[in-house]
Amino acid sequence: MVDLLQQQAAAQAAAASPAIHTVELAKRYGRTVALAGLSMTVPRGEVFGFLGPNGAGKTTAVKLLLGLVPPTSGEGWLLGHPVGSVEGRRRVGYLPELFRYQPWLSGREVLALHCELMGLPRAGWKEEIDLSLHTSGLGARADDKVREYSKGMQQRLGLGAALLGSPELVLLDEPTSALDPIGRHDVREIIHIVRERGAAVFLNSHLLTEVEMVCDRVAMVDHGRVIATGTLDELLGGHACRFRVAGLTPQQRHSLSHFGEMQDDGEWMRLLRLEPESVPDVVAEVVGMGGRVYAVEPRVRTLEDRFLELLRAEPGE
Amino acid sequence: MRPILTFARLTLVEASRRRLLLALVLLTVVVCGFTGWGFSRITAPALSGGQQLSTVEVRTVASQLLILVAFLFSGVLALSSALTASPAISGDIESHLTTAMLARPVLRAQYVLGRWAGLAVLVIAYAAGSSALELAVVDITVGYLPPHPAQLVLFIAAEGLVLMSLALCLSTRLSGMTGGLIAIAAWFIAWLTGVLAAVGQVISNVALENLGLAVRLLMPVDALWRGAIYAMEPAAIVAAASQNRDLGANPFTVLTPVPPAMLVWSVVWVVAIVGLSLWSVQRRDL
Repeated sequence: MVDLLQQQAAAQAAAASPAIHTVELAKRYGRTVALAGLSMTVPRGEVFGFLGPNGAGKTTAVKLLLGLVPPTSGEGWLLGHPVGSVEGRRRVGYLPELFRYQPWLSGREVLALHCELMGLPRAGWKEEIDLSLHTSGLGARADDKVREYSKGMQQRLGLGAALLGSPELVLLDEPTSALDPIGRHDVREIIHIVRERGAAVFLNSHLLTEVEMVCDRVAMVDHGRVIATGTLDELLGGHACRFRVAGLTPQQRHSLSHFGEMQDDGEWMRLLRLEPESVPDVVAEVVGMGGRVYAVEPRVRTLEDRFLELLRAEPGE
Repeated sequence: MRPILTFARLTLVEASRRRLLLALVLLTVVVCGFTGWGFSRITAPALSGGQQLSTVEVRTVASQLLILVAFLFSGVLALSSALTASPAISGDIESHLTTAMLARPVLRAQYVLGRWAGLAVLVIAYAAGSSALELAVVDITVGYLPPHPAQLVLFIAAEGLVLMSLALCLSTRLSGMTGGLIAIAAWFIAWLTGVLAAVGQVISNVALENLGLAVRLLMPVDALWRGAIYAMEPAAIVAAASQNRDLGANPFTVLTPVPPAMLVWSVVWVVAIVGLSLWSVQRRDL
């Protein structure tokens, strides 16, 4: 009876826990640091982007979460269960970066294999597989052998496998690396569907625009360390606008910095964190000082801008 | 338990889809066909100086030829076991199949045990199938059956299981090519050392005898092969050979059964090597 109560309490605690929680999770290979102390929390129902250049430690982080690589130090939990435990992986879908499936099985058989490995009741396999094939757009080729699939189709198959069994957390490692623009659009749709179901998505990518379009929060990682984390607004610091201006002295140009953080290369002035409604005021002030405005390009500061800034600010860059 | 069966079944499906089973079956049928023709010639008068061999002579010749044919099958089984098991895990890891499969709620131990169980079924099926077919061919052509056919199958299968377990263990850390090469070399070395040990026994060379024992403990395939030979030898031949001490040096003649301790050691050896495979996979990055 006590055991049953303890099990119920543990199940309730797990249900209330975040999708991912890590504390100083680290992996070292000798003197090489693959991931240095990853601490983060991803709530359920959130699309979380994990950004970084090649070799930054993104895939290592995912493999640590799934127990495919044991950590050197630190700890973490998936859906309330310790990373590496069987229970932690029970409600998780995963698309590996290097997606390969048995070439001698058909797409449908691969999905059946994953249903079996997940321990799903056999009576529900057909429905699960059909739904997964429909969502991933593989329906017409489901009975062909995987060896006959293009790389993009194999990635779609991997996506389909990751969606089996209504997972509460989906880990996608570079999910569009082999897909054409239509496929990339489909992936964004799939991510929205998963979020609407209430599941969390951990999107590992170096495609910044992709992350920008779908993620609620982002962590940027480089050299095995998280160098920034937050919502897109927090990271990008709001809107920006650039002006091509002539006829002003450097002092006059600098005087415009009260509108926002200024970056000036002598021809283009860029004002960061400038609200769109202040743009006419900037133009009026330039003209008022005797300057001439040749171009105004309101633009949102992109994740790429911020990402490059952070990378350049990194020691050793 | 269920994931072990899943991985075992996957191994069998893979062998079937990759046409390994078909190749082995065809090869076995062809070899049995050729050997059947060969055995049928034993009773042909034209090949025995125009005289019909007596029943005793036919049985004697057939028993010795059967040992040679069994050695061929044992060799094919050994090579097949090594070449099939050596890329079983390393191939899955190198092609990243394990990252998708072992991210599921299964234990690495279940994966290794499933792979081993699937390969074990293949080894036992081949040992039983090829032995049964060859024995049937010999029985039909010359009317001879060895005294202990079931033991013959068990010893040949056990030899294959030992080599398969070694190759699978190597597969947890080495590439398929390297692991396969080592396993096959180990099989040849063990067999050759067994022959040297038999010669050592005849010439009372303790060093050679001890070398043979040491290699049998490290790699018990030769001991099991000698068990298979003993299972095929008619009692009359063993009795006759026992009178001639020098015949003990013949690599295809065995005068004593395999000691029970060696059989126990073979089982312990397989359990230990499978345990080592589990430990090895548990500790590696995928």
